[in-house]
Amino acid sequence: MKKVIGAVAAAAVALGLGAAAYAQSGTQTVKIGVLSDMSSLYQDIGGPGSVAAAKLAVEDFNKINPNLKVEIVSGDHQNKPDVGSSIATKWFDADGVDMIVDIPNSGVALAVSQVAANKNKVFLANGPASSDLTGAKCNPNTIHWAYDTWMLANGTGKAMVKTGGDTWFFLTADYAFGHALERDTAAVVEKNGGKVLGKVRHPLNTSDFSSFLLQAQSSKAKVIGLANAGGDTINSIKQAAEFGIVKGGQSLAGLLVFSSDVNALGLETAQGLVLTATWYWDMNDANREWTKRWHAAGGPSGKVPTMIHAGVYSSVLHYLKAVAATKQSKDGAAVVAEMKKMPTDDILFGKGTVREDGRKIHPAYLFEVKKPSESKKPGDFYKLRATIPADEAFRPLKEGGCPLVKS
Amino acid sequence: MFEIFGIPSQALFGQLLIGLINGSFYALLSLGLAVIFGMLNIINFAHGAQYMMGAFVAYLVLQYTGIGYWGALIVAPIIVGITGIIIERTMLKQLYKLDHLYGLLLTFGLALVIEGVFRNYFGASGLPYQMPPSLAGGHNLGFMFLPNYRGWVVGASLAVCLATWFVIEKTRLGAYLRAATENPTLVRSFGINVPRMITLTYGFGVALAAFAGVMAAPIYNVSPQMGSDIIIVVFAVVVIGGMGSIMGAIVTGFGLGVAEGLTKVFFPEASSTVIFVIMAIVLLIRPAGLFGRG
Repeated sequence: MKKVIGAVAAAAVALGLGAAAYAQSGTQTVKIGVLSDMSSLYQDIGGPGSVAAAKLAVEDFNKINPNLKVEIVSGDHQNKPDVGSSIATKWFDADGVDMIVDIPNSGVALAVSQVAANKNKVFLANGPASSDLTGAKCNPNTIHWAYDTWMLANGTGKAMVKTGGDTWFFLTADYAFGHALERDTAAVVEKNGGKVLGKVRHPLNTSDFSSFLLQAQSSKAKVIGLANAGGDTINSIKQAAEFGIVKGGQSLAGLLVFSSDVNALGLETAQGLVLTATWYWDMNDANREWTKRWHAAGGPSGKVPTMIHAGVYSSVLHYLKAVAATKQSKDGAAVVAEMKKMPTDDILFGKGTVREDGRKIHPAYLFEVKKPSESKKPGDFYKLRATIPADEAFRPLKEGGCPLVKS
Repeated sequence: MFEIFGIPSQALFGQLLIGLINGSFYALLSLGLAVIFGMLNIINFAHGAQYMMGAFVAYLVLQYTGIGYWGALIVAPIIVGITGIIIERTMLKQLYKLDHLYGLLLTFGLALVIEGVFRNYFGASGLPYQMPPSLAGGHNLGFMFLPNYRGWVVGASLAVCLATWFVIEKTRLGAYLRAATENPTLVRSFGINVPRMITLTYGFGVALAAFAGVMAAPIYNVSPQMGSDIIIVVFAVVVIGGMGSIMGAIVTGFGLGVAEGLTKVFFPEASSTVIFVIMAIVLLIRPAGLFGRG
């Protein structure tokens, strides 16, 4: 019996460790590492889709500048900061990787950002949400591209308070990202005259939310803010419908909802949900065209690209332009400085800038999920409710507390 | 209304009920594990993957054949049970004479393969599955709003658990099964086809997992990793209850659901850890588990 129990415990530990990272070897060129969640809850918002997006960026860059040889490697951080930092360290030290992109997990991203700064390499954050990457934890080697918690809070939070949702209760994922999203949203709610009545912090990857939803229900708050992501958000929304939360007069604010989440919920359950994003595949012809190419380059079929995938494309392209301009890729801080100096311009995000604190600036959009009857084709999920101009979409430079910003 | 540790009694009753509901999933899954371990001496680490397959089959039969939830409750366990039988016939059969560890490693590997295949085809973010209209809505119990579906989950899983316990502990068929575990040669000499009985038992245990998967589909995210999220907890439940004890699995399943539910009120951050703390304490005091005979 003892042996059996020991074996069970050993296997449980092994299950936690999961698959190991993989990387390819290569020659002296610009080497990009796509570090993402390849095997778990954030796989669809980043994962293989991010690798495909990076490939497209290299392809487009090489059309103008065929002399630079670019190699892409990828790895799985398994949502563990220690795994993420050790892959990053190995990539930078032993494998000659110059830049790491993506990382859909704020805990891992904050750790890798530190590694990139210590080794003077580059980290282009697209997957993570925590606005701390350009706030207190900013550094000269990191750029935060697609979105962040401040922008999500400002978009969705403000819109909800303006339409009467002035009392809030938070369901928060208990790690760096959830805490940052909750903090940023609470600030927006209070600034606009609302009140936060309570919060509950749940472990990452929780399957049952009924306990937490019951607490949210009895708080009598008008809005239940979901400061979580991926499978956690899907489970919360699915079960909130079951417990009659919305029918009872409370509304749900999905603070970070991706198109892949809407797909998993089905429009029947997700309809009416308000969310903020910086990119949507079906917004214009350029995006639709790029989506086709993304599928051809290995983006998962049957899925549509998320704003993270678009961000990976856009940031890698801008990075390569900066490498070409500085004629080197080994001094990471110099490349990032060049990226901040040059204006950005690409087919997905249009013209934009990278700020001193490492924040990429572009517009954000407030979307509403369509009713099943309004959806004309697979992936036809959102209608545009409002556009938040670039200069209002992200946290003002002075408020972040980033030490790089000279006051 | 009175208060317990600063929580209104009403809220507490609600949380107790919720805990019981979550416990029914633990009970259903740990029951299947206990049956398989008790009868085959195999630690079935593929159980979580088979639970996930149940949910996916429910989705697939709805997409491709139009069979809805009620049909899926019958069809999915049969289909997944058959895959279980194939696994038993072709692979597990070879391992009965070896150490437990081999069965564990094989099923663990199978779980990773199955999960990987599903993730490759369906992605990680999950698939939609609507609640059957006949079970939508709910009742206000005064202290909480109870969705009809959750009421059904508790009722159905209790019924399935008790029926399984009854068959194994109280009927002639169950007696054969238990006897075959103790001394297969002797039972075979009475003209009973022991290998077939073992195969069907494994198929039944797997079907139980698939049944739980179909029950979970309307309320939990149907995704390839849904099994690995829950299986570790279920193994803790089985270890606490005592490996192979049918009643132990059922009672601890419901009991730990309640313990977890209460933690979600008093200290939500620890709700994913509390079961393992209980497991450690139980193993220190009673290494064979609460209901174990070993």
